[in-house]
Order: sequence, then C-alpha cells, then structure tokens
Amino acid sequence: MQAIDETTASQDRRAPVSIIYEWLTTVDHKKIGLMYIAFALFFLLVGGVEALLIRIQLMVPNNHFLSPQVFNRLFTMHGTTMVFFAGMPILFGFGNYLVPLMIGARDMAFPKLNAFSFWISAFGGILLYFSYFGGSGLYAAGTAPDVGWFAYAPLTSKVFSPGHSTDYWSLSLFLSGIGSIGTALNIVTTILCMRCKGMTMTRLPLLPWLYLVTSGLVFVAVGPLSAAQIMLTLDRYLGAHFFDTQAGGSAVLWMHFFWIFGHPEVYILVLPAFAFANEIIPVFSRKAMFGYPAMVAASVAIGFVSLSVWAHHMFTVGMGPAGNTFFVFATMVISVPTGIKIFNWLATIWGGKISFAVPMLFCIGFLFQFLVAGLTGIMLSAAPFNWQLNNSYFVVAHFHYVLVGAILFALFGAFYYWYPKVTGKLMNETLGKWHFWLMVVGFHLTFDFMHIPGILGMPRRIYTYEANRGWQGWNMIVGVGGVIQAVAILCFVYNLISSYRHGEDAGTDPWDAWTLEWATQSPPPSYNFAIEPTVASRRPLWDLKHPEDPDSDYE
Amino acid sequence: MSTPVSGVPINQSEIEWRLPYRGTIGMGCLILAESAVFIIFVVAYVYYLGKSLNGPTPSQVLELPILGTICLLSSSVTAHLAVSALRKGNLRSCTANLAGTVLLGLIFLCTTAREWYHLIHDEHLTIKTNLFGTTYYALVGLHATHVVIGLVLLFTAFVFALAGRVKEEHLEKLDVLSIYWHFVDAVWVVVFLVVYVLGR
Ligand code: HEM
Ligand SMILES: [Cu+2]
Repeated sequence: MQAIDETTASQDRRAPVSIIYEWLTTVDHKKIGLMYIAFALFFLLVGGVEALLIRIQLMVPNNHFLSPQVFNRLFTMHGTTMVFFAGMPILFGFGNYLVPLMIGARDMAFPKLNAFSFWISAFGGILLYFSYFGGSGLYAAGTAPDVGWFAYAPLTSKVFSPGHSTDYWSLSLFLSGIGSIGTALNIVTTILCMRCKGMTMTRLPLLPWLYLVTSGLVFVAVGPLSAAQIMLTLDRYLGAHFFDTQAGGSAVLWMHFFWIFGHPEVYILVLPAFAFANEIIPVFSRKAMFGYPAMVAASVAIGFVSLSVWAHHMFTVGMGPAGNTFFVFATMVISVPTGIKIFNWLATIWGGKISFAVPMLFCIGFLFQFLVAGLTGIMLSAAPFNWQLNNSYFVVAHFHYVLVGAILFALFGAFYYWYPKVTGKLMNETLGKWHFWLMVVGFHLTFDFMHIPGILGMPRRIYTYEANRGWQGWNMIVGVGGVIQAVAILCFVYNLISSYRHGEDAGTDPWDAWTLEWATQSPPPSYNFAIEPTVASRRPLWDLKHPEDPDSDYE
Repeated sequence: MSTPVSGVPINQSEIEWRLPYRGTIGMGCLILAESAVFIIFVVAYVYYLGKSLNGPTPSQVLELPILGTICLLSSSVTAHLAVSALRKGNLRSCTANLAGTVLLGLIFLCTTAREWYHLIHDEHLTIKTNLFGTTYYALVGLHATHVVIGLVLLFTAFVFALAGRVKEEHLEKLDVLSIYWHFVDAVWVVVFLVVYVLGR
C-alpha cells in the first residue's frame, strides 16, 4: 500500500514531457482505454458541431447559411465521424478499460496489439479530417468527402467524385476497420483466456458477455466493410469496375456490401450500451439481474439474427416480393430477443429498492427511448410502410432515437457510474441531474418532432426547402432541441473536468456494487489486482460483504 | 476511504483452472474476420460471372493451375509435419519440413506469377479490361497476398529453426502459424473451385 502511494507521488513531480511520452508509448489497457475515450469524446464534439450546423441550416425555409456543397460535406462527415470515430472508439474504450478489471485479469491478452489498434484507429480519424486540407487543395475550406456515410455507387466513381476526398473517406474507414478488428480480437481472447480463477463462463458478468457478442459481430461485419473499401479503392486508383455501372458493374452490389456491414454495425454500437445498462440497473435496484441466462441467450440471438436483415435498408431497390418478404420477417424476428431484454430489465427494477442516482436516471431514459426506437424500427421493417418513408426524416428520427436516445444515454450513465473508479472522484450529482433533464428535454424536442416532417414527406439530406411545405415549424422545434442538447453536453463536459479537480473522494466502491472492478483501488494500480482474485459466484463482492449469505450457496 | 479488497478471498481450494491458449483463440478470430473478407470477394466474382461487356472470358484464357495447387496443398502437409516433429522433439525434421513448406509455397507463388504474366502479356487482360479482369485479379491477388505474408512468417520460423532457436516451448506458436497456413490453403481450394472450375 505504501509503496503504491510513493510511486504515485513521484509520478506527479515528473516532467510533462515524460508523462506525455509515457502515455504515447503505453500498453496498459486502462490508459489505452482512456485514450480511446478521450479521442472519441473529441470526435463526439466535432460531430456534434457538424450536427448543429446542419440543423441551423434547416431551421428556416430558403436558408443560405451554408452552401449546398458545404452542407453535403457536413452530413457526410457527421455520419462517418459519429459511427466510426465517436461511437466505436468510445465503446471500445470502455471495453478496454473494464473487461480485464471485471474478469480479474491484469491486462489484455495482447497489450502491444492493443496499442497498435488504438493508434491505427486514431490515425484513421485524423486522416478523415486531413481530407479538409489534402483533398484537392486548401482553397474553399478544403474538400471533405461529400458522398454520404454509405457512399452509394456510382456517386463515388471518379466521374462523380473527382479529386481525392472519397479516397480519404475509404482509406480512413479501412484503417479504423483494422483497428476495430484488432481490438475485438483482443477482447475475445482476453475474455476467453484471461479469466481469474473460478470465473466460469456462467459466472462471467454480463458486460464481458456482451462485448464477446459485439466482437463476434465486428469480425463478420467489419471484414466485409474492409473488403468493400478495397474494391472501391481499386476502382478509383487502378480503374477496376466493381461498382462502375458503365462497364456492367453494379451499384446494388455496393448497397449489399455496405449494409452487410451497416446493419450489424448498429448492433455493434448498441450491444455495449445494453452492457452498461446490465451493470448499472441491478446495482441501483439492489437486486441481482433478473434472468441472466436469458439475457446471454438473447444477446447471442440478436447477434446472429442481425446478420440476416441487412436488406431492410434496401426495400426500395426492387428486390422482388420473395426477397422483401424474407427481410421483413428476419427484421421482425429481432424484436423477440430484444423484447426479452427489455422485459428482464423491467423485472430487475420491479420491486427493487431503486435509487435515482444519475447513472440510473440515464438508464431509465435509455430503457424507454430504446423501446420507442425499436417500435419505429418494426414499423420501418414493414415493406409497404417503408416504401412511403424510406429516405425520409422518419428514418433519421428512428435511428437517432437509438443512437442518441439509447446508446448515448446509456453511455452517459456509464460515465457517471465508472468515473469514480477511473479518477477516484465522484461526479457532481446536481450538475449531473441538470445534464440529464436538459438532455431529456432536448432529445425529445429534437427527435420526437423529427418524425413528423418525415411523415409529411421531407426527404433526408435535403439542402433547403420552400416555405409552403408545412415543414418549417417542426424543423424550428427540432433545431431548438438540438441547441438544448448541446447545452446539456457542455454541462457534462464541465462536470467531467471540474469533478476531477474538486469532486468528492469516491473510495474503492462508492455504489456498493458487486463486480470485480470495484474490488481494487480507485484509480486502479497498473497491475489492477495485487493478488489475483478467485470467484465463486456472479457477484463476488456480494459474497465478500455478506459471508453469512453468499451467492455461491445458491448456484 | 475504505481499504481496497484486492483478491477476493473465497475458500476454494486449488480448483483445476485451465484456459485456452491465447494464440489459438486470437488466430481463430483473425480467421473469422479474414473469411468474411474472402467471402465478399468470392461473392463479387460469382455475381459478375458472365456479366463482362467485352472479352476475354475466363474460358478463353484460364487454365487449371494443377501444379500450383498440388504444391500448395502438400505444403499444408509439410507444415503439419513440422509441428508434429517439434511436438516429438525432433528439431531436424521440423527444420526440414519448414524448408519444404517454404519451398512449396514459393513454387505456388511462381505459378501464379507465371499465370499473371501470361494473362497480361499474351491475353491483354488487366484489372481494367472488364469485370472478369477486375474480380479475377482482386480475388486471386488477395489470396496471393496472404500466401506472401504466410511465407514471410514461415521463412522467419525456418531461419530461427536453422539457428537452433526453436524449442519445444515454441510448439504452440508454431501451431498457430500452421493454422494460418492451413487457412490460406483452404481458401485456395475455394478460389480454385470458384475461379477455375465453376468460372470456366
Ligand atoms: C429493434 C430493432 C430494429 C429494427 C426492427 C430496425 C429497423 C430498421 C429499418 C427497417 C431501417 C430502414 C429504414 C429505411 O432506410 O427505410 C432502419 C434504419 C436504421 N436503423 Fe434501425 N432498426 C432497429 C434497431 C436499430 C438499432 C439498434 C440501431 C442503432 C444502433 C439502428 C440504427 C439504424 C440506422 C442508423 C438506420 C438508417 C441507416 C441509413 O439509412 O443511414 N436501428 N432500422
Ligand atoms: Cu438495419
């Protein structure tokens, strides 16, 4: 204990250069996790600013705040940034930080690969934004990609997309893909090969379980994306014809390839959010998770089914009745395991001694908003309905309901929940509540009302519109909601920084939780656990605190 | 501040606790991801069969690469023999089999190179010519890239073995390498069937 204090003290006195050097060269899973999170938060802010600019442009009809070209670049960069450089890295960051701690390991299975994966993903993000300078020159604010985040062919061919902006797009995705596969490989290997004594797969906490499923999806979904990027790059550099419709190539094949990746990708993003809820909800309801085996089975089922539904993004390309019917059914089947999960969360809360601390508030928000998002998803999966609303703002509202309403909310919950572990300080509750309520109000103003212009026929990616369409009032509300969310996020960022300086001391286990990460100091020492733990149940810390009534007696 | 409670002390006397070797699991994951990549390229090849707007067609220019295939498949056997030799502690046989694997792999690469030379110079088929050229070079080229990577690794292992640095404790590592090599071979079987048998 004393030795540890001495090392931390001497670290504080070190020159900043050597501290920076240490971070840049670290292979410690906790530091890499934090770098992932910092990198992703930065891109979250960048993507957020892009979103605000888009909404300001659409707030009033006939607006010329942005030029059409800049607008195209903004929504492309916004989507790409949020999915690849905010969403995935932040979830991998949490995974990196938490998985070894929760399974009682000292590090990841391949620490060097871990650092490599992080840096190559980070480089991908930098490369994407470098396109602003490197595309085809610096003038007119550069040439960021403007082909949309799904980059449909033949828009990406040399003819329609001259210069190099699309190359930057596809190379940066390729690099981040390598990073994602590396991290996923590491997470799977860590979970399967590094568990502490006694942690059988049936005692594995749900968070590692879900990261296992997520990583499985990364292998089978990101591979195809990388393959498609190779093909696109061959088309653009070597004159190949994969997606060149003039030479018999097929634009629909690109759609298939993209969505074979794209749909599982949304589950790659949402499963970690489930994972956070799985850890937070039981602790703040003071009850063990209801239906652990069903939770695991449902997650695995979601993983498998999500691989067979990609073409529900393509009902309008003319797949014919047989294809459409198959993908309608496959999509609707997803709601069964999803429903099981929602039921289990509710059953865990039911009759519990609920404490409405900030992490729990965010999880409750997550639950309801995810439910609504699932419902609009099922609506969209009905082909006739989809024909009406495909590529309208209704779709945009649906997926933002998941991405913001579910994923971002669960993520905020996770921040408040694990911040004390990472820093040793609690986050400020009052500011946290402000953050939560502003976020709820802003979110619902934005995304509830966004469904309506969609139903009224407003297409997505429209640059501006006439005043007589009946869309402007709704767009005004949506824009205002966006601004409120921005304020909420500023609250959060302020809280992150100020709590680090002035926050209350957290101790090792501020929430009286049950999983192993709370068994070590906050922040954890570089070797995580002084003695490698041994577990005998799913809630090792419960067993420790209640020797008279341990869980292990019931297993 | 409460004291840290590292090492949850639960009475569980020496339970048997064995976990899989991390190299094997890691390689399994890599193979899963790589399979997904190859499937996409194979699908593209099959999807564009016969859709080229101009010649040449596969049946006009492709010949069955019998020699290369035999060499590559037997190199899987030698790779396997190298691992089992090491398991038995027979270092000389291990080294010899590694050398054989590298050699057979090199012969395979040469046959591919010869085929490409023939296609480009005599048949004027490049990646630009038509959809067949595009998908053919992409798929076969992707496979050849994997062969090259595998050969570099195998050659490194061979050099270490020659220098007497390979010991029995490296068995698991060599095994992981051989798994990768078997995977590359298995992919070739698919490529062979799709490109040279079905495609013609
Ligand atoms: C309950 C399960 C879900 C169902 C049934 C469902 C259904 C659908 C359908 C049918 C579409 C196609 C709409 C169209 O383009 O016409 C769609 C789009 C989309 N969904 Fe979902 N969804 C579900 C969950 C999710 C989740 C969990 C996420 C994200 C984490 C998500 C994100 C998206 C995105 C990003 C799009 C739009 C893609 C684009 O066109 O850019 N969905 N969803
Ligand atoms: Cu989908």
